[in-house]
Amino acid sequence: MSDIILERKKLPSGAEWSFEAIDAYHEEIARVAADYGLDTYRVQIEMITSEQMMDAYASVGMPVNYHHWTFGKQFLATERQYKRGQMGLAYEIVINSDPCIAYLMEENTLTMQALVIAHAAYGHNAFFKGNYLFRTWTSPDAIVDYLIFARNYIAQCEERHGVEAVEELLDSCHALMNLGVDRYKRPPKLSMAKERERQQEREAYLQSQVNELWRTLPEQETSEAPRERPRFPPEPQENLLYFIEKHAPLLEPWQREIVRIVRKVAQYFFPQRQTQVMNEGWASFWHYTLLNTLYDEGLLADSFMMEFLHSHSSVLYQPNYNDPWYNGINPYALGFAMWQDIRRICEQPTDEDRAWFPEIAGSDWRETFDFAMRNFKDESFIAQFLSPKLMREFKFFAVVDDDEKSKLSVSAIHDEHGFRALRERLSNQYNLGCREPNIQIWNVDVRGDRSLTLRYQPYNRRPLADSAEEVMKHLARLWGFTVRLETVQPDGSARVSYECRREKRHAGNGGSAQR
Amino acid sequence: MVRIIDRRFDSKKKSTVNRQRFMRRFKGQIRRAVSDAIEGRSIRDLDSGEQISIPAKDLSEPSFHQGREGVWEQVFSGNDRFAEGDAIDRPLSGEGGGGSKASKDGEGEDDFVFALSREEFLDIFFEDLALPNLVRTQLAKITEFKSRRAGFTSDGVPTNINVVRSLRGALGRRMALGGPLAARVREINAELEELEQDEIANAERIKALKEERANLRVRMEAIPFIDQFDLRYNNRVKEPQPVTQAVMFCLMDVSGSMDEHKKSTAKRFFMLLYLFLKRNYEHIEVVFVRHHTIAKEVDENDFFYSRESGGTVVSSALHMMTDIIRERYSPSQWNIYGAQASDGDNWDNDSPLCYKILDEELLALVRYFAYIEITAGEPQNLWRQYEALSERHPNFAMQRIESLEDIYPVFRELFKKEPA
Repeated sequence: MSDIILERKKLPSGAEWSFEAIDAYHEEIARVAADYGLDTYRVQIEMITSEQMMDAYASVGMPVNYHHWTFGKQFLATERQYKRGQMGLAYEIVINSDPCIAYLMEENTLTMQALVIAHAAYGHNAFFKGNYLFRTWTSPDAIVDYLIFARNYIAQCEERHGVEAVEELLDSCHALMNLGVDRYKRPPKLSMAKERERQQEREAYLQSQVNELWRTLPEQETSEAPRERPRFPPEPQENLLYFIEKHAPLLEPWQREIVRIVRKVAQYFFPQRQTQVMNEGWASFWHYTLLNTLYDEGLLADSFMMEFLHSHSSVLYQPNYNDPWYNGINPYALGFAMWQDIRRICEQPTDEDRAWFPEIAGSDWRETFDFAMRNFKDESFIAQFLSPKLMREFKFFAVVDDDEKSKLSVSAIHDEHGFRALRERLSNQYNLGCREPNIQIWNVDVRGDRSLTLRYQPYNRRPLADSAEEVMKHLARLWGFTVRLETVQPDGSARVSYECRREKRHAGNGGSAQR
Repeated sequence: MVRIIDRRFDSKKKSTVNRQRFMRRFKGQIRRAVSDAIEGRSIRDLDSGEQISIPAKDLSEPSFHQGREGVWEQVFSGNDRFAEGDAIDRPLSGEGGGGSKASKDGEGEDDFVFALSREEFLDIFFEDLALPNLVRTQLAKITEFKSRRAGFTSDGVPTNINVVRSLRGALGRRMALGGPLAARVREINAELEELEQDEIANAERIKALKEERANLRVRMEAIPFIDQFDLRYNNRVKEPQPVTQAVMFCLMDVSGSMDEHKKSTAKRFFMLLYLFLKRNYEHIEVVFVRHHTIAKEVDENDFFYSRESGGTVVSSALHMMTDIIRERYSPSQWNIYGAQASDGDNWDNDSPLCYKILDEELLALVRYFAYIEITAGEPQNLWRQYEALSERHPNFAMQRIESLEDIYPVFRELFKKEPA
């Protein structure tokens, strides 16, 4: 072992990076990552300026995206934060694509470049390739092509139909974006070539389907009494954008295509939203482990380690609830601590660990890691792996805020009695089903006024926030007719909470503004 | 070797389109913020970018999420004093904030602040505005030429001959043509010197050489000292000389009836005018003339911040403006703008005089003259005199301003784009 160490040359140190230095660091990081058995997509490193980084941030981290004012807003916000120095450390973007693209910002020091390579190009990259949600829902080999297709398509629509018309449509789609995903069905693979080829067909076909649904020919008279008609859709639909794309009566084919694009992009980011703790924790664990391994091998200068540890610990800092800068639980901190803890349980289990985690205590940590990374999302990961030891370290406690009671109450703390409840609460906190309102399409009045009815099933008596009214206007714009939202009451009945009326004769072709 | 791609030099300003879309969408709010921002600045100090803030709620993008009511259970870190079952007074959220109850994109209720570039700032300010008589100004530009040296040409009139250039050319020509001959002469001289050591033996050869030398000398002398070919003339081209300078006269009544509020209203109007002109002229001067019964030229500070009292004789300022134009700002070289702010209070018998000065003298000298009356009251004699004036002169405009909010609309009205 010591012979090998002697053979290796120390990696370049100092703040200034060069392409040679980055290459040298990458080579060593890649070697150690492979030793640890990290399975990744190929790596592509791109050197960009801070302005380009802000661009990338503004367009939800993608290298290309369609144009929209909201990205301009993001850019202005990011620019300001960056100029005030509130941002910088987080300046790392990695794209779930094959090859996996990691952006390095030219202003960063050499240490930061190495940190980002280890964190993004190996940590996140391996997670993208391994985790089941990403495997199911994303197509890394096709996403960039698809976004190019989307941008070109939307630009063409802007030329043909005017920027304003497209912008209004996108605004409405964005308002429903979170409800534009399938949670259980796997989408077909995306690819630009296929997409373009099939798009024409789809336009024609979709329109014919819609026409069939909305045919106005009088039905043949029957002598029977009016029978109970089947509801349409027969089952409640959770994917609002999908339903609109397929069934909105008045949308033009190009409008359906744009709805589809927004839906596809939303779907692509769906796994990210469910794996933040795991993914950031995983990437942080690996940058920490890979760079420490290199240090142990004698490749890294002490000055490098000092700078590295400094930024590592500032990213992973978890303030307490009563600190002024407390802003919830830091996913980096929790995730990193959990992965470290899983390794500890594998390597040095205590009796408590053996009692809580009989299957993994004392197991091979790398196998356990691989299994955990592949098969969980935040919610289940926490439910499965959060240990009493960590709950004590974080001094977690759960508080119930019931608007019918005058005081808040502490429902569980980090003690023997509270561990299980606490873990379940925290897991719930990451469950999208609890975090996001459960709204589904309930009924369309196919034979009557074509109105669309949604149903909201409150969780823990929580009503919808006031913004719902605005969203309903957007929905009405897309649907073209009256839309309403019913809230399911405790007794199971439903009451209309919001209604946005659109008379048949006033409805334009789905595009006219509500504002 | 890993693939490292240097992207630093491609596709800069990728966000420009998105940024423009953003500006376009929030034009109304941004415009309001811009006009708020100019308050409290000096007139000449407006020509830079600006931090703009617009209400965050205006640009939030709605989505479905859960409201604050109902039951929420949340896990916090850093327990220092709680045991299970403890009851806590409600505003823990003040301490703990955050979590799923914070607004969705974490923007909270704070204003959205961002920086406008100088161009964006001014564009928003002057959108839809155009200089009145701009067309005329541009035509006028072309009629004024300035002669400028532009190198040398090989033909021209004798007065433009450049002696040094021409002689230099001649010398060069003589060297080029005479050089080979002179060289041959030197050779002959050298040979002769050698041959003359034995003149008798070489007599014939010497003779031939001397003959050749004589011929060469004839030929050399035949090279003209100066030739038509050598002449160089100074070249002068006429360039259209745009009049890109302007002077702006700010006339203000500072009599006792003009209180601080009215003056600050006037100030903002003058600021707008300055900024507006600055967009169209490279060089712009500002002349401040204030008056009560007599007029005085002052600096900006005195103009806005010193108080006078007593009566009002508006014509005194108009007289002074006319005098200053005659002395310092010839209308052939300056685009002259005048703006007068008053509360409309004037001595009865002075108003017809104002009419006369403007009608007969001043309006012929200026590109544009705007009168704003800052008052909530009924129009008085000056206003009525001026009304008659505005019918006769297209470069005279007048508007009433009652409060600060009117300034911008009034300004736009005064300087609106004339239909083509």
